[in-house]
Parts: sequence; C-alpha cells; structure tokens
Amino acid sequence: MLETPINGPLFSRIPGLYGPKGWMSIAIAAVIVWVVFPLLNLAVDADSVFHVSDYSVTLIGKIMCYAMVALAMDLIWGYTGILSLGHGLFFALGGYAMGMYLMRAIGRDGVYKSDLPDFMVFLDWKELPWYWAGTDSFLYCLLLAVLVPGLLAFIFGYFAFRSRIKGVYFSIITQALTFAAMLFFFRNDTGFGGNNGFTDFKRVLGFTIATAETRMVLFALSGTMLIVTLLLARYIVTSKLGRVLTAIRDAESRVMFSGYNPLGYKLFIWTLSAVICGIAGALYVPQVGIINPGEMSPANSIEIAIWTAVGGRGTLIGAIVGAGIVNFAKSFFTVAFPEYWLYFLGAIFIGVTLFMPRGVVGLLQQLKRKST
Amino acid sequence: MSSQISEGAGDSGIGARLVTDTTQLDLSHGTVLYLDDISVSFDGFKALNKLTLTIDAGELRCVIGPNGAGKTTMMDVITGKTRPDSGTAFFGQTIDLTKLSEPQIAHAGIGRKFQKPTVFEHHTVFENLELAMKTDKGVHASLFARLNTEQAHRIAETLDLVHLAESADRLAGSLSHGQKQWLEIGMLLMQEPKLLLLDEPVAGMTDEETDRTAELCLSLAGSHSLVVVEHDMEFVAKIARKVTVLHEGSVLAEGTLDTVQNDPRVIEVYLGR
Repeated sequence: MLETPINGPLFSRIPGLYGPKGWMSIAIAAVIVWVVFPLLNLAVDADSVFHVSDYSVTLIGKIMCYAMVALAMDLIWGYTGILSLGHGLFFALGGYAMGMYLMRAIGRDGVYKSDLPDFMVFLDWKELPWYWAGTDSFLYCLLLAVLVPGLLAFIFGYFAFRSRIKGVYFSIITQALTFAAMLFFFRNDTGFGGNNGFTDFKRVLGFTIATAETRMVLFALSGTMLIVTLLLARYIVTSKLGRVLTAIRDAESRVMFSGYNPLGYKLFIWTLSAVICGIAGALYVPQVGIINPGEMSPANSIEIAIWTAVGGRGTLIGAIVGAGIVNFAKSFFTVAFPEYWLYFLGAIFIGVTLFMPRGVVGLLQQLKRKST
Repeated sequence: MSSQISEGAGDSGIGARLVTDTTQLDLSHGTVLYLDDISVSFDGFKALNKLTLTIDAGELRCVIGPNGAGKTTMMDVITGKTRPDSGTAFFGQTIDLTKLSEPQIAHAGIGRKFQKPTVFEHHTVFENLELAMKTDKGVHASLFARLNTEQAHRIAETLDLVHLAESADRLAGSLSHGQKQWLEIGMLLMQEPKLLLLDEPVAGMTDEETDRTAELCLSLAGSHSLVVVEHDMEFVAKIARKVTVLHEGSVLAEGTLDTVQNDPRVIEVYLGR
C-alpha cells in the first residue's frame, strides 16, 4: 500500500537514483564524452562532415563546466529556496586557484624569461608573495580550488544563516560579495594579475596545453565531473536530507518546530554548492586559457541564475539543459548579433518567468502528462 | 533589513543533536508548563502583560480570548519564536524555555500547530509524517537516513489516527483545509511531544471533522498535555475541562466553562459582544 521513499545505506541507494531510462541516458552521455567526441575530433579528418572542430570541443567543454555551476545553483536555489547572486565568485576562485598553478607551470617560458609570473615582473616584484607558496604543485592548487570557495562559503554562510538573513536580502548580499571581490581582484597589489588576470598558459602537468589531445582530456574530465556532480546531487535530493531542504524552502518555521535546526542544513548545501562551483572553475580555466576578475562581475552570477530558471528549477536535469540552451544561444548571438545578446538574454528570462515558471523541463513534463 | 532577521535568538549551534531530551522532562510536581510574569511588547504595544499561567501534566486546557488578547504571542514565547522582555517560562521543573531555540524546544517535547495549517505542500502526506518523526535530526543522520519497519509502522499508525491512510501518497498541498489541519496534528504526534499547543485546530473543518478532532483531543489528554486556542465555542464546550480567558495580555479568568461564561468581566470583554 505505502510506497516507501527511496532509502537505504550509503551505496545500496545508488542503483535506485535513476530508472533504467535515466541510467541509459547517462551511459550514452558517457560514451559520447569518452568515445564519440575523441574519435570525431582526433581521428576523423578535418575535411570530413563528421569532424568535430576544436572550437566545438572547447565550447562544449566550457558549457559542461557551466552546467556544473547550474547544478550547484539548483541545489541551493531550486531545492532549498536560497537565491545566490554570487555563485560566479566561487567559480572564479576555483579558476584562480587552478590559474595559479598554470602560471607557475609556465616556468621561464614567459615574455620576461623569469621564474616569476610575467605580471609580477611587470610590477617589479622581486619574489612571490607568501600566498603563492606551494602553487607550483598541481595537487595543492586543486585542493585550493576546493577549499577556498568552500571555506569562504562556510564562513559567509554561517553568519548569514545564523542571523536568519533570507530572501532578497541574502541575494543582494551575495551580489555585493562578488562585486567587492571583483574590485579586490582588479587591484594589481592583490597579486593576481589585476584586471588582466592570468593567461598565456603553456602547459598542464607537463603536457602542452594547446594541443588537441590535452584539450580532449580536459573535455572528457569536464564531462565526467558533470556526470559525477549530477549523481551526487541526485543522491542528496532523494535522501531525507533533500526532503528537509525542500521543506526549508516551503515552510521553514514548520521545519524548526519539527526539531530541525535549518542552519546546519543550509550551511551544508551552500558550502557544497560553492565547492562544486570551485571545481567547475578549475576545469574551465585550462580550457578557455584565461581567468580575470570579469568572471566575478555581478552580471555573470545573475546569468547563472538565469540558466537554472530557463531549464527548470528543482529538477537537476533542467539546470544542465538551461546552461546548454542559454550558452549555445550566447555563442551564436555574440558572433551573429553581438550588440543584441543582452537584450535577448533579458527577453529569455522575462519570457521564462512569465510563461514557463517551471522552465523548459517543467514544460516538457507538462506536455508529456497532457498527451498521456 | 531588520524585518528579515527574526526576533528569535540566533541558533546556538550547527547540529541539531541537542542536549535536551524528553526523558529529562521533570514532571515531579505535576506541572508541565509554568509561565510566570511574562511580558512581551512590540513597539510599545504590550502583547503580553505579566502573564502567569500553569498547565498540569496530562491536562487539556482551553485558552480563549478576543483578537489581540495575546494567545498567539503566548505560543510564540513557549516555542522560542519570541523572547519575553521579562518573566520566566519553564517546561517541567528544569527546562528553561527562554534559553532554548525553536528546534531545541521541539526536541524537548513541545509540538505546535499553527493557526494557518502549515505542512510541507510539495511533499506527500507520508513524507510529511516521515520528516516530523522523532529521530536524530542532524544533517549527517538525514543524509543517510533509512526508514526501518518500526518507523514505517508508526507512520502507518499515525496515518490511520488522522484518517489520511488513503491519501498517504498524495501531495499535502492537494489536501482540503481540514485534512491539512489533521496532517499537521499527525506531524505533531510523530514528534512524540509531551505538550501540544494547538492554535485553532478546527478552523475550516466540517462539523464531522470537528467532532473527530474533539474526540482525538480528549483521547490524547492524560498521556499528553494540551493547550488549545480556539474561537469555536461549540468545540470548546465539547472538550473543555478548565478554560483560561486571556485579555490584553494577561489572564482575566480561569475555571470551568460555566464559571468563566458567567463571569461578568468575561461577558463584558468577550462573550457579551
């Protein structure tokens, strides 16, 4: 009679995360990322119609990183009801952490043939600032890409959630946070390359960064991490913890009077969300070859919220769909009609808010229900 | 911004694994709730004015009073949502309610039903009860929580008790107003509270539902203590043993329903109107 919600210990729940169709789709996605794309890009002749260009590989690799960020946004906004307008900051911090490694990996191949990154030579610095210590290690920078966004989110979240700051006030504060960080990173004295940021990367882990093979590895890694993030997010939202998060979104006072302290729950999902953004940023930077404070601009963070809203909040898969639709549209528009892109983005957002409150995925679900 | 920051005290810790537990509730003097000399004012308006009230263990107390008498503020103080400006509030002999947060008070054994039924509308009826169930409510425990047979059985029992077994898999948002009230009472029972605070439990219910709610309240009394705030005097007459009349933030009269109904001061401020 009663259908018990999907429950179980740590691993036994994993097979139940998706139905046969869902797992099949994930398997197909994995094959495309690991087999089809590498073959079509590396093995098929460039003149063939089946050839996938390097441009497409970089574009899709980049969008998969964005999709991870959209998933992170869905966890905190779609499921927990907390709209962050500062997620671009966590993404950028992860990117900067990886960028530090990539700058160090240039070695003496820079313009000034110095051990120091070019921008430091340009500023006439004689040695690395203390916080650059250890950044020649890939693993250490990877750790930074996780810990810095995570720690910042934890500390910020602790005070914000403890003071019970909610709704639009929370959104505005996160927006201010990323704006403040952007101004901070713009300064040359901050030691992260000022408004130019980091660029001109040469190699990663000894491999030349600009080769098709390296690009393909980064692409496949991004795809893998996107799938892992999706499964992790699915694991969380189908757990009792996920049901508590949705309950916090819908009736926080009832959650408290039921004996749950929302602080720990919000802090957990908020910090996890920031960490996912950090990892996405770390994967993004070696693919696009540049990171600068522009990534922290308020508009970027707002765009993240738009991806999630377009795809459909509280569905996970919608976040990926939304990040894909908006960014493919962006890459088309910014080439074809660059001056109209922002108007188009605004129009999409208004259209979705007014006519598709549950996003593209919500609309498809509705159509499916009607047809059956 | 201050309006977004609730007047309740900040959360005192991250985890919800808390020091207090119902087993520590000390009922040795036969009293479950002591409110003594409690005053609360909002911008100069005295919502509670030296309110003193005690509830005996196992008692079913009805609280009535005109709008603005302080009934809801009293519940806010008991459940930790509002801190009193002065006065003391004890749960049993030892638990000082003015020092605990809302989740801590819920763990200590006080369950509250709101005036407007508040359930998780996007969860099924079953999941609503599952979420309310007394268990470890920390983050880690929730992530790996697994429903055991005994717990599933308890949910099924409660579903029967509140007449929602047929609707277990329906979304709570699709229930009727009366059913939501019942679900909320069911959620309270899943918490295994010692004291239930029910704010207008029969608002929006049909006569039949009201009768069943009265029966439920009477059957809970004894093993639980109940404080029922209600405007529906017919309902109060069905369940009332001892009635407290609040007026302008303090107790105006207390006694059997007959006694208070014949009290000239009560007639003047409330019943006579």
